[in-house]
Amino acid sequence: MEQGIFYILAAVVVIATFFSVREKHPVHAIIYLATSFFALAVIFYLLAAPLVAAFEVIIYAGAIMVLFLFVIMMLDLGRPEKAMLPGKRDRGIALLLSAVTLAAVITLAVHRSVSMPAAPPMRIHDFAAFLFSRYGFAVEVVSMQLLFALVGALYLGRRR
Amino acid sequence: MIVPLSHVLVLSSLLFVMGMFCLVSWRTNLIMMLIGIEIMLNAAILAFVGGAAFWGAADGQVFSLFIIAMTSAEVSLALALVVYLHRRKRSVNSDDFTMLKE
Repeated sequence: MEQGIFYILAAVVVIATFFSVREKHPVHAIIYLATSFFALAVIFYLLAAPLVAAFEVIIYAGAIMVLFLFVIMMLDLGRPEKAMLPGKRDRGIALLLSAVTLAAVITLAVHRSVSMPAAPPMRIHDFAAFLFSRYGFAVEVVSMQLLFALVGALYLGRRR
Repeated sequence: MIVPLSHVLVLSSLLFVMGMFCLVSWRTNLIMMLIGIEIMLNAAILAFVGGAAFWGAADGQVFSLFIIAMTSAEVSLALALVVYLHRRKRSVNSDDFTMLKE
């Protein structure tokens, strides 16, 4: 049953992302992308990563998408008739690059099938102990990075 | 692990390629380019989480948390840049920003 849910959600993710990539209207693209992120969060939950699923919903679908919507509405960019659409040449180059990359990655992923015994899923307690003991320094670095991003965004956004 | 690792990797590569298509084809709109980068980063997170579930190690989940933190920093800076550039030239077309060249 979990397998069935995984494949249904995978289809939802791929279709929603496809529509968001093809969409001319930025606001519609953001809504499609939020749908895709919700389905992806459930996929993370099925893959035994409930914490990542929660952060995906809170930070990606909650914060980042709303930030995009805020900027689109503040700058009044949600006018597809005014926006320039991608030219045929750009789209052809993008399709060629995408096809080559997809073929390469899928060939690798299908042919190099590693078989390992099924590992027991991690509990959140072990995960947190692991995160703050072994990667404690990296957590500090990430907090500094967020602080620098805040200062940089303040500097760029001030009125002069 | 409920599904084979290769299926997760195929889904992740599909997502990555769609993000790359978005980034390369939408050169006329900075917002759509940023959306493409978001899709690509999500594909990377999916690959990390699939690996963590396959090998039963926590490193993949830790790195996906770091990617999420990095993305929030990146998006806040990038959108501040978009607002700044729009204030200067009233445009979000990347072809308009050639100040270094002139």
